[in-house]
Amino acid sequence: MTAVSEAATSSAMRTREATVRRFAVTDMVFRAATRASAILVLVLLGGVAISLIAGSWEALSKFGFSFLTTESWNPVTENFGALAPIYGTIVTSAIAILIAVPIGIGIAVFLTELCPRPLRRPIGIAVELLAGIPSIIYGIWGLFVFAPFLQTTVQPFIISLFHGIPGLSSLFAGPPYGIGLLTSSLILAIMVLPFITSITKDVFDTVPAVLKESAYGIGCTTWEVTRRVTIPYTRVGIMGGVMLGLGRALGETMAVTFVIGNAHRISASLFAPGTTISATIANEFTEADGNLYTSSLVSLGLILFIITFIILALARYMLLRIDSRTGA
Amino acid sequence: MSTAQSLHQSRKRKNAVMMALCVIAAGIGLAWLALILGALLYKGLSGVNLAVFTEMTPPPGDAGGLLNAIYGSIVMTVIGIVVGTPIGVLAGTYMAEYGRFSRLTTVVRFINDILLSAPSIIIGLFVYELLVRPMGHFSAIAGAVALSILVIPVVVRTTEDMLNLVPNALREAGTAIGAPRWVVIRSVAYRAALSGIVTGILLAIARISGETAPLLFTALNNQFWSSNLNAPMASLPVTIFQFALSPYEEWQQLAWTGALIITLTVLGLSIIARSLTGRREDR
Repeated sequence: MTAVSEAATSSAMRTREATVRRFAVTDMVFRAATRASAILVLVLLGGVAISLIAGSWEALSKFGFSFLTTESWNPVTENFGALAPIYGTIVTSAIAILIAVPIGIGIAVFLTELCPRPLRRPIGIAVELLAGIPSIIYGIWGLFVFAPFLQTTVQPFIISLFHGIPGLSSLFAGPPYGIGLLTSSLILAIMVLPFITSITKDVFDTVPAVLKESAYGIGCTTWEVTRRVTIPYTRVGIMGGVMLGLGRALGETMAVTFVIGNAHRISASLFAPGTTISATIANEFTEADGNLYTSSLVSLGLILFIITFIILALARYMLLRIDSRTGA
Repeated sequence: MSTAQSLHQSRKRKNAVMMALCVIAAGIGLAWLALILGALLYKGLSGVNLAVFTEMTPPPGDAGGLLNAIYGSIVMTVIGIVVGTPIGVLAGTYMAEYGRFSRLTTVVRFINDILLSAPSIIIGLFVYELLVRPMGHFSAIAGAVALSILVIPVVVRTTEDMLNLVPNALREAGTAIGAPRWVVIRSVAYRAALSGIVTGILLAIARISGETAPLLFTALNNQFWSSNLNAPMASLPVTIFQFALSPYEEWQQLAWTGALIITLTVLGLSIIARSLTGRREDR
């Protein structure tokens, strides 16, 4: 009797041991799979960096540092310089940010302080839906609707308005093409607006109610509370949102490709066609013949990658700082 | 007294002006959305007919449809999602479950956030160097791989966030009845976070179905019907790009119609995704 039950227990023990071992093995496999996937994310970014460096080697070793400072871009003589696209990228993104930041903060203030509660969510969603619209839609809209509008109404007006004023007259010199640096900047501003708005709104929500209430309690107006309490408290977070928007604007491709005009030159006028790094790659890559041409385009990609990496890393760092403060 | 009053008045006036500006800013934001959607509907709807969904992209100056482009978009999006989602979910699982406090997680989170907003044209260049150049030709596979690389960061981010929201008591209850870790993750954590993870996948679909830049020099384009994954394949965004910049009126009309199709798809997906998480928050 006892022998039988002992045998039964020991066999039960054995199966239990086997089960536990099986569990341990599957758990190890699953853990390894998840870990490998996490590491793959790192490998992807590393792979992007390595492949871009490898692809741009030929051009960079031939042109060296002067690649960054040369304006000419001539596929026929195979002489390439990145200055015009870099200039276009930075100018369009900077103007876009200058336009989008005040509007974005304004919308965030509206949503957190002024908007009637039932409207808050629908309006917030509507603004965020702007972020979901693919960039090619902005491009086609910009080319067929927005650019003709600027060309026939806004640009002639501005040109005649600033005519003869030194500085401004060359900044807004025409002919009004419709497409060009300013049009691209405006489209980019519309595109980054939802990013800046939603992050600003999120960080505004992290301001402790008691801070705002004490300011209201001593008789501050809504604007004073925003200006003296909310914005100083969330400054780092807003900067993070702005950087994130800037990262978007710098790398934005399709919308800009439609309306920038793709001209490799640097002009003083914002109405003149220009080009950006991403627009140059999108327009010319499949037509590039010759290794040096392709390699020069990849070098442009590498430059864009480095610029956006730095900007986005800064943005994340700033947003992390806001996160850790609210977590504490 | 009168200075105090005028100070009060000027503060009130300043407040009114600034608040009015904020309302105007919100108005501008909404007006843009209305303007873009209005133009899309106006220009796109007039070209919607059965031929759009049943005929191939036409040669210049001819009538036709977008069937091969729609097919190509669906094929590459599906492959991109099928490849990218498991990797993204597993990576997110590691970050929220096994390695929640590990150094690796912090680094991956940082890098993933950068990948999330990295310019998509850079991903296109990467896949060109990785696949197109060694293979010697453009292919739908390369396009799908480029899209899957865009899917991964979106899914990683939402999976991690959603798993982090699962209460630890649930996991502990699972462990207490003797379930190993992976069973707890599979049958408790995944189930609790399911709607959030699905939201992430929907957002990823919404993102890649409108992406043009990474397809330009990976999948290229194809004017004809092609189901060969090893050959260039048409896609809706690239076709729109090509047709919109052409001088032919029929092509431009098709571009608008395609743009309308993409926008409605993307907006529909985002609204469904939002309503999934919205219901979660209410509970």
